[in-house]
Amino acid sequence: VRPRPRAALALLALAGLAALIAWAAGGLTPFGTPSGPANGVVRTLVHERHAANTVNGVTYDLRGLDTLGEELILFVAALGSAVLLRHGRGEEVDAAREQHESASARTADALRAAGTALVGPLIVLGVYVVVHGHLSPGGGFQGGVILAAGLLLVYAAGQVVALERVEPTALVEVADATGALAYALVAVGGLVFAVAALENFLPFGTTGNLLSAGTIPVLSIAVGVEVTGAVALILTELLDQTLLRGGE
Amino acid sequence: VTVLQIVALAAVATGGTLVVLVRDPVRQALVASVFGVALAILFFAFQAPDVAISQIVVATVAVPVMILLALTKLRGDEEHER
Repeated sequence: VRPRPRAALALLALAGLAALIAWAAGGLTPFGTPSGPANGVVRTLVHERHAANTVNGVTYDLRGLDTLGEELILFVAALGSAVLLRHGRGEEVDAAREQHESASARTADALRAAGTALVGPLIVLGVYVVVHGHLSPGGGFQGGVILAAGLLLVYAAGQVVALERVEPTALVEVADATGALAYALVAVGGLVFAVAALENFLPFGTTGNLLSAGTIPVLSIAVGVEVTGAVALILTELLDQTLLRGGE
Repeated sequence: VTVLQIVALAAVATGGTLVVLVRDPVRQALVASVFGVALAILFFAFQAPDVAISQIVVATVAVPVMILLALTKLRGDEEHER
Protein backbone atom coordinates (compact mmCIF):
# COMPACT_ATOMS: atom_id res chain seq x y z
CA VAL A 1 0.00 0.00 0.00
CA ARG A 2 1.32 3.48 -0.86
CA PRO A 3 2.08 5.79 2.10
CA ARG A 4 -0.70 8.37 1.65
CA PRO A 5 -3.70 6.03 1.37
CA ARG A 6 -2.18 4.02 4.20
CA ALA A 7 -1.97 7.10 6.45
CA ALA A 8 -5.55 8.08 5.54
CA LEU A 9 -6.75 4.57 6.35
CA ALA A 10 -4.89 4.59 9.68
CA LEU A 11 -6.34 8.00 10.64
CA LEU A 12 -9.84 6.82 9.76
CA ALA A 13 -9.43 3.66 11.85
CA LEU A 14 -7.94 5.60 14.80
CA ALA A 15 -10.78 8.15 14.69
CA GLY A 16 -13.28 5.30 14.74
CA LEU A 17 -11.47 3.66 17.67
CA ALA A 18 -11.35 6.97 19.59
CA ALA A 19 -15.10 7.47 19.06
CA LEU A 20 -15.84 3.93 20.30
CA ILE A 21 -13.61 4.36 23.39
CA ALA A 22 -15.20 7.74 24.22
CA TRP A 23 -18.66 6.17 23.84
CA ALA A 24 -17.71 3.23 26.11
CA ALA A 25 -16.06 5.48 28.73
CA GLY A 26 -19.22 7.60 28.87
CA GLY A 27 -21.19 4.62 30.16
CA LEU A 28 -18.83 3.75 33.05
CA THR A 29 -20.11 4.00 36.62
CA PRO A 30 -18.50 6.79 38.69
CA PHE A 31 -15.67 6.05 41.17
CA GLY A 32 -16.38 4.84 44.68
CA THR A 33 -19.96 3.73 44.18
CA PRO A 34 -20.19 0.07 43.20
CA SER A 35 -23.62 -0.45 41.70
CA GLY A 36 -25.50 -3.30 40.07
CA PRO A 37 -23.53 -6.57 39.79
CA ALA A 38 -20.33 -4.96 41.15
CA ASN A 39 -22.13 -4.14 44.40
CA GLY A 40 -23.14 -7.79 44.80
CA VAL A 41 -19.60 -8.99 44.14
CA VAL A 42 -18.10 -6.62 46.73
CA ARG A 43 -20.76 -7.65 49.26
CA THR A 44 -20.08 -11.38 48.71
CA LEU A 45 -16.31 -11.00 48.94
CA VAL A 46 -16.15 -8.75 51.99
CA HIS A 47 -18.94 -10.32 54.06
CA GLU A 48 -18.86 -13.99 52.99
CA ARG A 49 -15.23 -14.59 51.96
CA HIS A 50 -13.76 -12.01 54.39
CA ALA A 51 -11.36 -10.70 51.72
CA ALA A 52 -10.50 -7.05 52.29
CA ASN A 53 -8.94 -6.72 48.83
CA THR A 54 -11.86 -7.52 46.53
CA VAL A 55 -9.65 -7.49 43.43
CA ASN A 56 -7.83 -10.59 44.62
CA GLY A 57 -11.12 -11.96 45.89
CA VAL A 58 -12.27 -12.01 42.28
CA THR A 59 -8.92 -13.33 41.01
CA TYR A 60 -8.47 -16.19 43.47
CA ASP A 61 -12.05 -17.02 44.47
CA LEU A 62 -14.91 -16.03 42.18
CA ARG A 63 -12.76 -16.35 39.06
CA GLY A 64 -10.22 -18.82 40.45
CA LEU A 65 -10.59 -21.07 37.43
CA ASP A 66 -9.49 -18.27 35.08
CA THR A 67 -6.39 -17.73 37.24
CA LEU A 68 -5.63 -21.47 37.09
CA GLY A 69 -5.61 -21.19 33.29
CA GLU A 70 -3.50 -18.03 33.38
CA GLU A 71 -0.83 -19.46 35.63
CA LEU A 72 -0.67 -22.60 33.48
CA ILE A 73 -0.14 -20.32 30.45
CA LEU A 74 2.84 -18.74 32.24
CA PHE A 75 4.12 -22.19 33.26
CA VAL A 76 3.99 -23.43 29.66
CA ALA A 77 5.58 -20.21 28.38
CA ALA A 78 8.52 -20.58 30.78
CA LEU A 79 8.82 -24.25 29.85
CA GLY A 80 8.77 -23.39 26.14
CA SER A 81 11.46 -20.73 26.41
CA ALA A 82 13.63 -23.07 28.49
CA VAL A 83 13.28 -25.85 25.90
CA LEU A 84 14.01 -23.49 22.99
CA LEU A 85 16.94 -21.64 24.54
CA ARG A 86 18.62 -24.64 26.07
CA HIS A 87 19.28 -26.13 22.65
CA GLY A 88 22.95 -26.87 22.14
CA ARG A 89 24.22 -26.09 25.61
CA GLY A 90 27.25 -27.86 26.97
CA GLU A 91 30.26 -26.92 24.84
CA GLU A 92 32.62 -23.99 25.24
CA VAL A 93 30.75 -22.84 28.34
CA ASP A 94 33.82 -22.82 30.59
CA ALA A 95 35.87 -20.58 28.35
CA ALA A 96 32.94 -18.22 27.84
CA ARG A 97 32.29 -18.13 31.57
CA GLU A 98 35.85 -17.10 32.35
CA GLN A 99 35.57 -14.41 29.72
CA HIS A 100 32.38 -12.90 31.10
CA GLU A 101 33.54 -13.25 34.67
CA SER A 102 36.34 -10.87 33.83
CA ALA A 103 33.77 -8.70 32.01
CA SER A 104 31.59 -8.54 35.12
CA ALA A 105 34.56 -7.19 37.05
CA ARG A 106 34.17 -4.02 35.00
CA THR A 107 30.73 -3.17 36.47
CA ALA A 108 30.70 0.32 38.00
CA ASP A 109 31.16 0.35 41.77
CA ALA A 110 28.14 2.63 42.30
CA LEU A 111 25.87 0.21 40.42
CA ARG A 112 27.34 -2.68 42.33
CA ALA A 113 26.78 -1.02 45.71
CA ALA A 114 23.25 0.17 44.89
CA GLY A 115 22.27 -3.24 43.51
CA THR A 116 23.64 -5.12 46.50
CA ALA A 117 21.94 -2.71 48.95
CA LEU A 118 18.56 -2.99 47.22
CA VAL A 119 18.37 -6.78 46.89
CA GLY A 120 17.37 -7.41 50.52
CA PRO A 121 14.61 -4.74 50.79
CA LEU A 122 13.21 -5.74 47.38
CA ILE A 123 12.90 -9.40 48.41
CA VAL A 124 11.22 -8.40 51.70
CA LEU A 125 8.80 -6.21 49.72
CA GLY A 126 8.09 -9.07 47.32
CA VAL A 127 7.30 -11.52 50.13
CA TYR A 128 5.10 -8.87 51.81
CA VAL A 129 3.14 -8.24 48.62
CA VAL A 130 2.63 -11.98 48.03
CA VAL A 131 1.50 -12.73 51.59
CA HIS A 132 -0.81 -9.72 51.99
CA GLY A 133 -2.64 -10.24 48.69
CA HIS A 134 -6.05 -10.67 50.34
CA LEU A 135 -5.61 -7.53 52.50
CA SER A 136 -3.95 -4.84 50.41
CA PRO A 137 -3.19 -4.23 46.73
CA GLY A 138 -0.80 -6.82 45.35
CA GLY A 139 -0.93 -10.58 45.48
CA GLY A 140 0.88 -13.56 44.03
CA PHE A 141 1.49 -12.26 40.54
CA GLN A 142 2.73 -8.80 41.52
CA GLY A 143 4.84 -10.10 44.41
CA GLY A 144 6.25 -12.91 42.29
CA VAL A 145 7.48 -10.51 39.63
CA ILE A 146 9.00 -8.28 42.34
CA LEU A 147 10.88 -11.30 43.73
CA ALA A 148 12.14 -12.24 40.27
CA ALA A 149 13.24 -8.61 39.77
CA GLY A 150 15.16 -8.88 43.05
CA LEU A 151 17.05 -11.85 41.64
CA LEU A 152 17.67 -9.87 38.47
CA LEU A 153 19.16 -7.11 40.61
CA VAL A 154 21.83 -9.54 41.81
CA TYR A 155 22.81 -9.87 38.19
CA ALA A 156 22.68 -6.10 37.60
CA ALA A 157 25.15 -5.70 40.44
CA GLY A 158 27.56 -7.55 38.20
CA GLN A 159 27.59 -10.75 40.14
CA VAL A 160 26.65 -13.32 37.54
CA VAL A 161 28.55 -15.94 39.46
CA ALA A 162 26.73 -15.01 42.66
CA LEU A 163 23.45 -15.16 40.71
CA GLU A 164 24.10 -18.77 39.84
CA ARG A 165 24.66 -19.48 43.49
CA VAL A 166 21.43 -17.83 44.74
CA GLU A 167 19.38 -18.76 41.70
CA PRO A 168 20.38 -22.22 40.53
CA THR A 169 18.36 -23.29 37.52
CA ALA A 170 17.19 -26.48 39.24
CA LEU A 171 15.71 -24.54 42.18
CA VAL A 172 14.01 -22.06 39.83
CA GLU A 173 12.49 -24.93 37.86
CA VAL A 174 11.27 -26.58 41.05
CA ALA A 175 9.67 -23.30 42.21
CA ASP A 176 7.92 -22.90 38.87
CA ALA A 177 6.51 -26.43 38.94
CA THR A 178 5.68 -26.43 42.67
CA GLY A 179 3.64 -23.24 42.41
CA ALA A 180 1.67 -24.52 39.44
CA LEU A 181 1.05 -27.86 41.15
CA ALA A 182 0.06 -26.25 44.47
CA TYR A 183 -2.63 -24.19 42.73
CA ALA A 184 -3.99 -27.28 40.98
CA LEU A 185 -3.97 -29.20 44.30
CA VAL A 186 -5.99 -26.45 46.05
CA ALA A 187 -8.40 -26.60 43.10
CA VAL A 188 -8.80 -30.36 43.63
CA GLY A 189 -9.08 -29.73 47.38
CA GLY A 190 -12.31 -27.87 46.64
CA LEU A 191 -13.64 -31.07 45.07
CA VAL A 192 -12.57 -33.20 48.04
CA PHE A 193 -13.46 -30.95 51.01
CA ALA A 194 -16.32 -28.95 49.50
CA VAL A 195 -18.73 -29.13 46.59
CA ALA A 196 -16.80 -28.00 43.52
CA ALA A 197 -13.26 -27.43 42.27
CA LEU A 198 -11.74 -24.21 43.66
CA GLU A 199 -14.57 -23.88 46.19
CA ASN A 200 -13.23 -22.02 49.24
CA PHE A 201 -12.90 -24.80 51.83
CA LEU A 202 -10.66 -23.27 54.55
CA PRO A 203 -11.94 -21.29 57.57
CA PHE A 204 -12.49 -17.62 56.71
CA GLY A 205 -11.29 -16.02 59.96
CA THR A 206 -11.75 -12.30 60.66
CA THR A 207 -11.67 -9.77 57.82
CA GLY A 208 -8.34 -7.93 57.87
CA ASN A 209 -6.32 -10.62 59.66
CA LEU A 210 -3.30 -12.16 57.98
CA LEU A 211 -4.87 -15.61 58.35
CA SER A 212 -8.26 -14.99 56.79
CA ALA A 213 -10.21 -15.31 53.53
CA GLY A 214 -9.81 -19.11 53.35
CA THR A 215 -8.00 -20.37 50.27
CA ILE A 216 -7.39 -16.89 48.78
CA PRO A 217 -3.98 -16.28 50.48
CA VAL A 218 -2.98 -19.92 49.87
CA LEU A 219 -3.63 -19.58 46.14
CA SER A 220 -1.92 -16.19 46.15
CA ILE A 221 1.24 -17.69 47.64
CA ALA A 222 1.11 -20.59 45.15
CA VAL A 223 0.93 -18.11 42.28
CA GLY A 224 3.72 -16.06 43.88
CA VAL A 225 6.07 -19.06 43.96
CA GLU A 226 5.12 -20.05 40.42
CA VAL A 227 5.55 -16.54 38.96
CA THR A 228 8.92 -16.09 40.71
CA GLY A 229 10.08 -19.37 39.25
CA ALA A 230 8.71 -18.74 35.77
CA VAL A 231 10.04 -15.19 35.33
CA ALA A 232 13.38 -16.10 36.90
CA LEU A 233 13.63 -19.16 34.64
CA ILE A 234 12.95 -17.14 31.47
CA LEU A 235 15.49 -14.49 32.52
CA THR A 236 18.10 -17.08 33.55
CA GLU A 237 17.81 -18.89 30.22
CA LEU A 238 18.09 -15.62 28.28
CA LEU A 239 21.07 -14.48 30.39
CA ASP A 240 22.71 -17.86 29.95
CA GLN A 241 22.30 -17.64 26.20
CA THR A 242 23.41 -14.05 25.71
CA LEU A 243 26.21 -13.90 28.25
CA LEU A 244 27.71 -17.35 28.27
CA ARG A 245 27.28 -18.12 24.60
CA GLY A 246 26.48 -14.82 22.83
CA GLY A 247 30.03 -13.53 22.89
CA GLU A 248 31.61 -16.41 20.98
CA VAL B 1 -11.06 14.26 37.06
CA THR B 2 -8.14 15.47 39.20
CA VAL B 3 -4.95 17.27 38.10
CA LEU B 4 -2.90 14.10 38.69
CA GLN B 5 -5.19 12.17 36.35
CA ILE B 6 -4.85 14.80 33.60
CA VAL B 7 -1.04 14.88 33.99
CA ALA B 8 -0.89 11.08 33.91
CA LEU B 9 -3.09 10.91 30.81
CA ALA B 10 -0.90 13.50 29.05
CA ALA B 11 2.29 11.63 30.04
CA VAL B 12 0.88 8.34 28.73
CA ALA B 13 -0.17 9.95 25.44
CA THR B 14 3.28 11.51 24.88
CA GLY B 15 5.08 8.38 26.07
CA GLY B 16 3.12 6.10 23.73
CA THR B 17 3.79 8.40 20.78
CA LEU B 18 7.51 8.54 21.61
CA VAL B 19 7.76 4.73 21.77
CA VAL B 20 6.34 4.57 18.24
CA LEU B 21 8.57 7.38 16.92
CA VAL B 22 11.88 6.01 18.27
CA ARG B 23 13.34 3.74 15.60
CA ASP B 24 16.34 2.09 17.27
CA PRO B 25 15.08 -1.04 19.12
CA VAL B 26 17.52 -0.69 22.04
CA ARG B 27 16.43 2.91 22.73
CA GLN B 28 12.84 1.87 22.12
CA ALA B 29 13.10 -0.69 24.96
CA LEU B 30 14.26 2.04 27.35
CA VAL B 31 11.62 4.57 26.22
CA ALA B 32 9.00 1.83 26.57
CA SER B 33 10.13 1.29 30.17
CA VAL B 34 9.68 5.02 30.94
CA PHE B 35 6.27 4.82 29.22
CA GLY B 36 5.53 1.90 31.55
CA VAL B 37 6.15 4.10 34.60
CA ALA B 38 3.74 6.71 33.18
CA LEU B 39 1.11 3.98 32.69
CA ALA B 40 1.63 2.78 36.27
CA ILE B 41 1.04 6.33 37.57
CA LEU B 42 -2.07 6.52 35.38
CA PHE B 43 -3.43 3.27 36.87
CA PHE B 44 -2.68 4.53 40.37
CA ALA B 45 -4.38 7.89 39.69
CA PHE B 46 -7.47 6.03 38.48
CA GLN B 47 -7.68 3.95 41.68
CA ALA B 48 -6.30 0.65 40.39
CA PRO B 49 -3.28 0.05 42.67
CA ASP B 50 -3.27 -3.72 41.99
CA VAL B 51 -2.75 -3.17 38.28
CA ALA B 52 -0.26 -0.36 38.99
CA ILE B 53 2.03 -2.69 41.01
CA SER B 54 2.17 -5.33 38.28
CA GLN B 55 2.60 -2.61 35.67
CA ILE B 56 5.62 -1.11 37.45
CA VAL B 57 7.52 -4.38 37.66
CA VAL B 58 6.46 -5.98 34.39
CA ALA B 59 6.70 -2.96 32.10
CA THR B 60 9.70 -1.23 33.63
CA VAL B 61 11.87 -4.19 34.63
CA ALA B 62 10.89 -7.54 33.16
CA VAL B 63 9.85 -6.65 29.59
CA PRO B 64 12.72 -4.20 28.76
CA VAL B 65 15.28 -6.66 30.13
CA MET B 66 13.79 -9.48 28.05
CA ILE B 67 13.77 -7.26 24.92
CA LEU B 68 17.39 -6.20 25.49
CA LEU B 69 18.53 -9.78 26.11
CA ALA B 70 16.68 -11.01 23.02
CA LEU B 71 18.27 -8.21 20.93
CA THR B 72 21.74 -9.11 22.25
CA LYS B 73 21.13 -12.72 21.37
CA LEU B 74 19.90 -11.86 17.86
CA ARG B 75 22.90 -9.61 17.19
CA GLY B 76 25.28 -12.25 18.50
CA ASP B 77 23.75 -14.77 16.10
CA GLU B 78 24.07 -12.34 13.18
CA GLU B 79 27.75 -11.75 13.87
CA HIS B 80 28.27 -15.46 14.26
CA GLU B 81 26.80 -16.15 10.81
CA ARG B 82 28.94 -13.56 9.04
